[in-house]
Amino acid sequence: MSINLSRRKFLQGSAAGAVTAAASVADAAPFDRREPRPLAPKAVGMLYDSTLCVGCKACVSACKQANGMPVEQPERLAAWGEGAWDMAEDISGHTLNVIRVYQDGTMEQKDRDKDGYAFVKRHCLHCVDPSCISVCPVSAMQKDPETGIVTHNPDACIGCRYCVYGCPFNVPQYQFDETFGRISKCQFCNHLQKEGKLPACCDVCPTGASLFGLVTDLQAEAKRRLAAKPGEMYTFARGKLGGDRPGHEAPLGHYQPHLYGEQESGGTQVRYLTGVPHEKLGLPKLPDYSFAAVSEGMQHTLYKGMIAPLALLGGLVYLARRSVKSHDDDEDSAS
Amino acid sequence: MSEIAHRPLGGRILTKPVMILGIFVLIALYFIARRFLFGLGDVSHMSNGFPLGVWVAVDVVVGTAFGCGGYAMALLVYIFNRNTYHPLMRPALLSGVFGYTLAGMAVMIDLGRYWNAFNLLMPWYAQLNSVIFEVALCVMAYITVLWIEFSPAIMERMPPSLRQRYNVDKVRAFLKRYMYVFIGLGVLLPSMHQSSLGSVLLVMGSKLSPLWYTNWLPLLYLISALSMGYGVVLLESTLVSRAYRLPSESALLASLSKVVAGILALFLIIRFGALLAGGHLDLALAGDFRGNLFLIESALFLAPVLLLATPAGRASQRLRFLAAVCLLAAGSLYRIDSYIMAVNPGNGWVYFPSAPELMITIGMVCLEIILYLLFIKTLPVLRGSANQPQGRLS
Repeated sequence: MSINLSRRKFLQGSAAGAVTAAASVADAAPFDRREPRPLAPKAVGMLYDSTLCVGCKACVSACKQANGMPVEQPERLAAWGEGAWDMAEDISGHTLNVIRVYQDGTMEQKDRDKDGYAFVKRHCLHCVDPSCISVCPVSAMQKDPETGIVTHNPDACIGCRYCVYGCPFNVPQYQFDETFGRISKCQFCNHLQKEGKLPACCDVCPTGASLFGLVTDLQAEAKRRLAAKPGEMYTFARGKLGGDRPGHEAPLGHYQPHLYGEQESGGTQVRYLTGVPHEKLGLPKLPDYSFAAVSEGMQHTLYKGMIAPLALLGGLVYLARRSVKSHDDDEDSAS
Repeated sequence: MSEIAHRPLGGRILTKPVMILGIFVLIALYFIARRFLFGLGDVSHMSNGFPLGVWVAVDVVVGTAFGCGGYAMALLVYIFNRNTYHPLMRPALLSGVFGYTLAGMAVMIDLGRYWNAFNLLMPWYAQLNSVIFEVALCVMAYITVLWIEFSPAIMERMPPSLRQRYNVDKVRAFLKRYMYVFIGLGVLLPSMHQSSLGSVLLVMGSKLSPLWYTNWLPLLYLISALSMGYGVVLLESTLVSRAYRLPSESALLASLSKVVAGILALFLIIRFGALLAGGHLDLALAGDFRGNLFLIESALFLAPVLLLATPAGRASQRLRFLAAVCLLAAGSLYRIDSYIMAVNPGNGWVYFPSAPELMITIGMVCLEIILYLLFIKTLPVLRGSANQPQGRLS
């Protein structure tokens, strides 16, 4: 009986305490986010216009060629095409970009949410404030200070796969099927760009659905398309925005009034215009800051100049020394 | 009191339980060999949706929390100067030595490009914003500190000839003199990396269920590590004193239980407070998989608080034991959930460990138990009175 009584008392007391303490936790924010990263001065990027994409997958095969990646076939289709036809269903350790299709109901009309279908391209979005770089312990992920391209250095990489874990778009892919696997991710054909060429996918895109350019230019172009009247004839650039290739005339798509990547995760250098809501195309809803800014805000608060840990260490060593001494004295007096 | 000292248990090493555990270790070795020959995908179900599996979530994130016994006790004995708990120190330290060393081994199996692992120590590769970088360095340093803290127990038992040849007594004297530095480090390092195991998850953002994702993750991880450390001490001293008929540390454990109940209550207050503040508490009652996981976790966290709330509960060996089991289950589940089960990478990815993957984890735990038994039988770890016969079976 006495046990029950004291337990009840304890519960009452702790419940009251819990409510007060919970209220104070609610008010306090343990730390601030790190300042958002700015767009690189000569940031290059891509505007992917889902309404222009015809799903030909020329970009997928050009990407494989440009990056020396093998053809992929799901096991159940292995007998088909005898390894000549790439059938990757998503990006993987051996596929850096892929065209996926959204399907609904009768699939009567392209770029329609209901009873329609739409294409979407999957590869690295080259975040302005990338999580993969923030989590990498050995600086294997790097962001070019000029162009903002996010590259990967396999010689530094230890294969811990935190970039895979932390990327909000699930882009970096580890080769689990290899004995000596590595991380694969789109590096925006950095090697071709150094030779003055376009990224392979933008280079071969027949409709300009994958359009290369400076991020600031692409942003303005996307806003123009969003501002114009749907169905109106419009001249779409191909290859590179502002390049010398001839464009083509086509009616403007019925866009969702949202340029994906302008704000998402602190902004991305690859941005999307789509006819169906972006969540349905596997582009996740994200806040306008990078989660890397959250974890770095935490770390920078705790470990600023290593002052707090060193001060703590000093205190701990002092206390430990005092205790060890007093314990020794106890033993001495006991013996 | 003076004749009660640390001493080896003695007794046979190759007992039947050890041999059975050994079989599991051999099975694990077979799959570890396969992993290095044919790659991670050959033995594990990890994928690019769930790139971290049980080796990280269980062997490292839960394993090091089980290894926090030494950390938790050092905090009590040396920082809060509660010398009465000193008899529990060495066994707790030993479980830390193995918990952490084997977690380090698990990482080497798990790393996809293990041959580059030394890059972690190359200053030109260091990435100071990376939480994982900090965890890796802290864990490496702490494994070293743990072995140093435990080394007197080994040196005490060295044969005199060896001791003379390698000047061991001089090293011992040096260590004894400056042990407080290592004790300080041995409290600082786990405080850093155990909280950082929570900070790692801050980058997960919307991939992690809001029932687990909070800016208080680092503090929650730190508290859960401490509570699990004390949980291991409660569990271990009960088991060992029963199995080997050693004097029970009942009075000590009862007062330790009070500390445990206190920090667990703190954990619950912060967790629920943060959920209330974020307005996500309704998800707990959604009735879905993650909501139910959260409820099970919370019940397991609350149970030890209630069990240990009264002096009668704390005095009962059975209730203390039950509380320790609940709290270790709660902490483990919390860690596995937040690293894997509460994570939703989207795109229909699912993860359940493969049998070989689990066998490697099980083999590692078996190895840990074998080594623990070996050490307490041959080294002065446990406390016993000197006039008691050596070992239980002698």
